[in-house]
Amino acid sequence: MSYVNAAVRKKDAVSLVSGKPVYTGDMVPQNSLMVKILRSPHAHAMIEEIDVSRAMQVPGVVCVLTHHDVPHSRYTTAGQTYPELSPYDKLILDPHIRCAGDPVAIIGAETTQAAEKAMKLIKVKYQVLPALIDYTQAIDNPIIVHPEDDFKVLVPVINAEPKRNICSKGGFSFGDVEAEFAACDVVLEQTYNTKANNQTMMEAFATFSYIDAFGKLTIVSSTQVPFHVRRIVANALEMPKSNIRVIKPRIGGGFGAKQSAVSEVFPSLVTMKTGRPAYLVFTREECMTNGSPRHQMQMKVKIGATRDGHIRVIDLYAISNAGAYGEHAPTTIGLVGHKSLSLYGSLRAARFSYDVVYSNTMGAGAYRGYGATQGIYAVESAVSELADKLGIDPTVLREKNMVREGQIMQAYYNEPCNSCALDRCLKTAKEMMHWDEKFPVRKLPNGHLHGLGVALAMQGSGISGVDIGAVELRLNDDGFYTLLVGCTDMGTGCDTILSQMAADILDCDIDNIAVRGVDTDQSPYDTGSYASATTYVTGGAVVKAAEKLRAKILETGADILGVSPEKAEFDGKQVTDTETGKSISLREIGYITCNGSRQLLSSHESHSSKVSPPPFMVGMAEVDIDPETGKVTLMDYVAVVDCGTVINKNLARVQTEGGIAQGIGMALYEDIQYTEDGRMMNNSFLQYKIPTRLEIPPIRVEFESSYEPTGPFGAKSIGELVINTPSPAIASAIRAATGIAFTSLPITAEKIAMGLLHQKEHE
Amino acid sequence: MQITVTLNGRRCTDEVAPDMTLYSYLRQKGCYSVKCGCETSSCGLCTVHFDGKPVLSCSMLAVRADGHSVTTLEGVEQEALEFGKFLADEGGEQCGFCSPGFIMNVLAMVKELPDPTDEQIKHYLAGNLCRCTGYQSHLRAIKKYLAAKQKEAVR
Repeated sequence: MSYVNAAVRKKDAVSLVSGKPVYTGDMVPQNSLMVKILRSPHAHAMIEEIDVSRAMQVPGVVCVLTHHDVPHSRYTTAGQTYPELSPYDKLILDPHIRCAGDPVAIIGAETTQAAEKAMKLIKVKYQVLPALIDYTQAIDNPIIVHPEDDFKVLVPVINAEPKRNICSKGGFSFGDVEAEFAACDVVLEQTYNTKANNQTMMEAFATFSYIDAFGKLTIVSSTQVPFHVRRIVANALEMPKSNIRVIKPRIGGGFGAKQSAVSEVFPSLVTMKTGRPAYLVFTREECMTNGSPRHQMQMKVKIGATRDGHIRVIDLYAISNAGAYGEHAPTTIGLVGHKSLSLYGSLRAARFSYDVVYSNTMGAGAYRGYGATQGIYAVESAVSELADKLGIDPTVLREKNMVREGQIMQAYYNEPCNSCALDRCLKTAKEMMHWDEKFPVRKLPNGHLHGLGVALAMQGSGISGVDIGAVELRLNDDGFYTLLVGCTDMGTGCDTILSQMAADILDCDIDNIAVRGVDTDQSPYDTGSYASATTYVTGGAVVKAAEKLRAKILETGADILGVSPEKAEFDGKQVTDTETGKSISLREIGYITCNGSRQLLSSHESHSSKVSPPPFMVGMAEVDIDPETGKVTLMDYVAVVDCGTVINKNLARVQTEGGIAQGIGMALYEDIQYTEDGRMMNNSFLQYKIPTRLEIPPIRVEFESSYEPTGPFGAKSIGELVINTPSPAIASAIRAATGIAFTSLPITAEKIAMGLLHQKEHE
Repeated sequence: MQITVTLNGRRCTDEVAPDMTLYSYLRQKGCYSVKCGCETSSCGLCTVHFDGKPVLSCSMLAVRADGHSVTTLEGVEQEALEFGKFLADEGGEQCGFCSPGFIMNVLAMVKELPDPTDEQIKHYLAGNLCRCTGYQSHLRAIKKYLAAKQKEAVR
């Protein structure tokens, strides 16, 4: 049977649904110290004095570490390939506090209660400084977030100017932007704002560490990037990387949050200081206030078209809030331009420019979509507004202008668009939504307003020329295989997806493949699971390794049979001499290669790609609005996805549904707000409202597959793409229903009610 | 304080601190299926059965369990797996971290509501957050599970 394109159950499913102890927090060594972090209540301050003497007297407290006790090498917690584009702007503990919740002291104690008691007894004298909270005012502000002289940039191309609060700036363009605007009949300008959404994976940041039998610092952590964590901890603790081992068990969700080493350094330091195992799990409040959320952005779009609906030019400017630290800040910003402007093949010119700035809010990081989500929200919202201005149906305007297979994507590193079914996606979505009958708006007898909105989206498949994935495939005695991977299944099912690919090439039952990852001392190197890389990049390595092993099995089997490989065939179960019909089973080959008379059979392959082929999709939302309260009820959501070949039908569908649900949260509910002095107001699930199952409408998903020639089995990515359509599609649906463009997310009931009231007053 | 609890069908007598939550007690007793996702009784990950009714174990003190019966996923593994297989066949467990609490609430719902509508299902389970799935696969799994149970009952 063929596993690729089937709905295969995840290999770890049974243990997950029967609640087995497979996560970091379920395996903590019994004699571990419990680690707690004392955090600053101030957004901007200098620690003048810190007294831990009373805290140290609490029974059970083993260590209380302050900035006096820790290494002083600046590092970044961003999990990226070295040399990282994120500046080295962080210390483990720094007397200069840059955001509320910045760590002040690290406590290791026999019990959580003792650690918490000690936390209250640490005396800190702060010199409170004025805080820079409004990031749009950051550039050349008298408040400087990173005045330090040891601020370190590894890759100068990011153009950091820390003394001006600039973490990164730059841009790109093609064509003659000004001339194109001059030739347009209609030009629209609009400004859009997005918030610092939190990933809120259900498992908080969690890490434990211990010294193993070889004297090695061993870190067991809920991470998407074990190999990067090894380097990050080495940098922070000033240790050789060879003395650190990182193990990833099952992960309770990541969505990019765990692409930064948010929790790993603290217990590691405690273990190195005390020699004891140490465990740190963040509270939900800590995950909210000091995690690694989406970069908050303000985007100005200027878009021009001719009267007949030819979109000729887009000028996009974005200012991004890095917050206190620049993790992923110089890289997320690029996607804002590359992955929004490339949706329109009709453009004769485009410009993207940006500033990424520091402020005294929490440091941002990587969140599914990674800048593309923000950029696509802005550009797709503007395209829908432009359609109204032109008097053209927004789906028709897109049909006329969108990128098509065979085009060169000028805003996407001039990559050719080798696989694109966006046209089919749009056609199918329109049929599913009955768009032509419904659009734009219906006022219901009860006074409610209905509206429809549409958005296109794309993403990449791995980071071209940077991401690399390796796998090792072994034939064992008894004829079963071991697939060692270095990529990190965070619940998405990549361990299963990669096994499906191997099983198809080796013609075997998927249960005949034992898959294992990740232990940095044992697994092949992989940059990690982020940037929608795993299926495409690591999948490429699986294809190579499986084909190579298959050839070796044939060769060895033929040799045992005494024929040349050309005269034999391997059907997955046995190697057969095609002339005599004599055969040897895989099981026997397994035993023979393990008994010393022949070489063991295995293959080790790595893969990277010079291109990052975009998956595409269309999302459509139907909303119902109660004009009295402003409450939005999503009635229906249609998504049609081109991720190339769908490797696992169930998992691709659930990825899509889950990404859309997160996007709905971003569009309507999730609202990080700060007090004037920089404390977060939405630091729990009571105030930061992620969608429950009551807010999520039926999400109807279909696939329109193209075939990506550079992908394994024709596959592209899916993980991030799917979060990109809800914000622009829902915002456009609300605009269609109300006639008001709400340009700041989330579009809460309050904003809509006030907007409608305002509209009434002006009628 | 000393408490005596019938945990997953076995009587346990233990010394607990007055401020210990039922969640912490259950983890201490090795019931690792019970998870914690927040501090505000918002996520449903720590759902267990208290005298057969679903409760949030993070929001209840262990001492209140004295003289009562508490069931975690470990105590109903077969039933859990029966539904869990439907969930797995939709890919709806994903990261799996919310699965135990969710499954415990599904099992309670099935006992309480004989033939629930989609709306009733959504309302009953509204307190079980999941960030991976968008909840669609949950509903598909529940409906298929209920249909299979009904078919079995008819037989």
